[in-house]
Amino acid sequence: MDTPKIEIALTVNGVRHDIAVAPWETLLDVLRERLHLTGSKKGCDQGQCGACTVLVDGERINSCLALVVSRDGAAITTVEGLAEGGELHPLQAAFIEHDAFQCGYCTPGQLCSGVALLHEGRVHTREDIRELMSGNLCRCGAYTNIADAIETVLDRQNAGREAAE
Amino acid sequence: METANIHHIGNPTNRVDGRLKVTGAARYAAEHEASGLLHGVIVSATVAAGRVVSLETERALSVPGVVEIFTHENRGSGAWLDRNWKDEVAPPGHPFRPLHSDRILFAGQPIALVVAETLEAARDAASLVTAAYEVEQHCTELEVKRSEAYEPPEKRSGIPPPPEPRGKPEDAFERARHRIAADYRIRAEHHNPMELFATTCVYEGKDKLTIYEKTQGSQNSQGYVASVFGLKTKNVRVINHYVGGAFGSALRPQQQLFFAVMASLELKRSVRVVLTRSQMFYIGYRPETRHAISMAADNEGRLTSIIHGAVAATSHYEDYQESIVNWSGMMYHCDNVKLSYGLAKLNTATPCDMRAPGAAVGVTAFECAVDELAHEAGIDPLEFRKRNFATLDENMGKQFTSKALSACYHQGAARIGWERRSAEPGAVRDGHELVGLGMATGMWEAFLMKASAEAKLTPDGRLQVSTAASDIGTGTWTILAQIGADALGLPVEDVTPMIGDSSLPASPVEGGSWTAASNGSAVLAACEAIKQTLFKHARKMANSPLTAASFDEVVFLSGRIALRTDPDRGLSLPEVMHASDLDEIRGSGKAAPKLLQMRKYVSYTHSAVFTEVRVDRDIGIVRIPKIVCAVAAGKIINPKTARSQILGGVVMGIGMALHEEAMTDHRLGKIMNHNLAEYHVPAHADIADIEVIFVDEQDEKVSPLGVKGLGEIGIVGTAAAVANAIFSATGKRVRDFPITLDKIIR
Ligand code: FES
Ligand code: FES
Repeated sequence: MDTPKIEIALTVNGVRHDIAVAPWETLLDVLRERLHLTGSKKGCDQGQCGACTVLVDGERINSCLALVVSRDGAAITTVEGLAEGGELHPLQAAFIEHDAFQCGYCTPGQLCSGVALLHEGRVHTREDIRELMSGNLCRCGAYTNIADAIETVLDRQNAGREAAE
Repeated sequence: METANIHHIGNPTNRVDGRLKVTGAARYAAEHEASGLLHGVIVSATVAAGRVVSLETERALSVPGVVEIFTHENRGSGAWLDRNWKDEVAPPGHPFRPLHSDRILFAGQPIALVVAETLEAARDAASLVTAAYEVEQHCTELEVKRSEAYEPPEKRSGIPPPPEPRGKPEDAFERARHRIAADYRIRAEHHNPMELFATTCVYEGKDKLTIYEKTQGSQNSQGYVASVFGLKTKNVRVINHYVGGAFGSALRPQQQLFFAVMASLELKRSVRVVLTRSQMFYIGYRPETRHAISMAADNEGRLTSIIHGAVAATSHYEDYQESIVNWSGMMYHCDNVKLSYGLAKLNTATPCDMRAPGAAVGVTAFECAVDELAHEAGIDPLEFRKRNFATLDENMGKQFTSKALSACYHQGAARIGWERRSAEPGAVRDGHELVGLGMATGMWEAFLMKASAEAKLTPDGRLQVSTAASDIGTGTWTILAQIGADALGLPVEDVTPMIGDSSLPASPVEGGSWTAASNGSAVLAACEAIKQTLFKHARKMANSPLTAASFDEVVFLSGRIALRTDPDRGLSLPEVMHASDLDEIRGSGKAAPKLLQMRKYVSYTHSAVFTEVRVDRDIGIVRIPKIVCAVAAGKIINPKTARSQILGGVVMGIGMALHEEAMTDHRLGKIMNHNLAEYHVPAHADIADIEVIFVDEQDEKVSPLGVKGLGEIGIVGTAAAVANAIFSATGKRVRDFPITLDKIIR
């Protein structure tokens, strides 16, 4: 018995992929195993750690909990797509500068989550960063530095906005 | 001209692997490609003791894409003798041999491996394998087995047993003015690195394998595979360039390595095996410990008696050991000391070193007891510790190569504002919260291990330094580049570190906080050899400004070799190599413990941890708005990555204090909270600001670099400091870790 496959299209980091998938394949496994985009990490496969966070149409989700068939036509950004033309995203650069990681395994998820957070407009305090990043575990305990990195970029973003006004 | 030397050691250099990690380009064990790769999924036992009577695999085999199912009945042939299974860090006993027989030694033990063309097929089929068991009685509860605790007959290598008792601790206790006696319990913890355990075994033809493996020691895994499967060491190459955290859990080869290699050799295909998060709860863990501590002090608050007995869990097949109680005999001056340590066998997998094994639990219990005694004696707990300062390791009667602990006390206290602390517990309120301050001392041994390194300089002025070390988030890539750059006076960008590969010069496993000192010193020695060669050639060049100089009179800076007294007079390194017609210069170096020195001296890293806690008066929620960790760790190679090491240790210490525990259903012998939702590791919102201080400490004896190591010290003392602060805030002594809010409001 062959498994029924469903044709879908995904745009990942600006590249369109037409693929046939089984109904039970997760977005995370397709990214990692089929498209060989292993930047998105698997830390639990149960929606509990955030290592697999990617941006789907600009919104952060746990890709291990998303069945890929349900994302037909979606535009997905993974950590591999954050930098533009060799230029790191400001949050990526801030992560390096603030040493916001150690082993680096939670990092792609933290970055995707953080990039979404920058645009959600919900952060008013450092506490907010902590609360709104709590879906992304870091066993290496880089939290203080992650908060610093996000705060730095947010401050710069806000300063830029004020200057523009 | 520019002559100022740029010192790389001591610089907060950004991680050299940073870009790879923030772009997703760093590949971890499960992320390497191989043509025709098969996926293996492990099936785990659902009982804690007994035998597998039968295994039903037919339904699983009929899943499309399934290639093979391995069980104890059809497994590939591994070595028979126990000793072939012993890895570098194995404790005494009989190492676990997966699928060796029908015997079940612990719940979660692997009983089958399903191999399929896709991950989904393997996972689906694995869920269809069922087993019938003959169940035997099990016990997973330390309290039940505590009375049967025994002194391990064979000692684990590298772990000192408790010292002989000194003085008359019982008499002194009876006579003392101030005394306390208390029992402490610290529940089992799980490492839970974020990366799932994984091995990608690439089949390179008969008997030849390249293995991408989650390990803290590529050569340990290499040796294990060669010896278990009877392969030539040179035909087994293990690569671990990037390791997604480990904290000790990847010191020993874990079961996925055995399965990936076995299946690969049997099927003559490349195979990847990844554990699930739940399965990771059934490999090594930090064992539960029970502590009975009694202590006494005289009128002036000087310690007169210390008695610390601990019992820890181990498995039925190995005597896993840690140094748990020894710290209690060396942290403070005391003439009457008795320490003891026993093991109790449970039906679990063998425990495994987890960040600061031994000290993390022993010092937690002991430093809480010290706080209790200080309170009993009516003395400020920091002052109490200062009065009992140990200037010698009294267990061994040896001197410390350095001990800048007083500076840690001083600077840490200043940063937390220790003078705010009220002597009376439960006295400070702020709105709805009770506020308290607590502190503790931390200690960890500074090891120097045998390690080798090679260095290679090419005429383009680039240096390569290599050693089979691992970077599990520790910053090894970066500090080795800094050490190489410093030695030869090159920009750090011109140094390429090479680690994470068993084919590189010999290295111990990455653990015990010894990598920076050991591998770093080996790299330094390899660079020294290159400098000697360069100097030799430079002197011989026509019109060399160095002809009359001795080696001591030259310096290496800004890519040149020059006179120390007149740095304008020198030669560029490429110039020397071209003139001497050298394509490359190689050097090798070694580091090893200084045995002679060790007869008189011991080396330890010290710390003082200070915390403020706020406890909700009604519902007992604990917040830690501020925590300061002041560390004396010798020379700091990279303050940025060093700070991160301490942050990580402190966060894990907060986990021990407030969150982390494996909850076992003892009737079933199974862990109930085997996932990251129910086993709570600290999350962003649990962690407020952490301040790290590195106090100045010069130590020329500890290692050629003067480095002591930082991986463990951040966790040691942290949980005790939090517990002591909770006492200060609430007047409540909780002696059972983690201190969850139910224990506070009870
Ligand atoms: S892997 Fe998706 S949340 Fe953990
Ligand atoms: S950097 Fe290792 S888990 Fe976050």
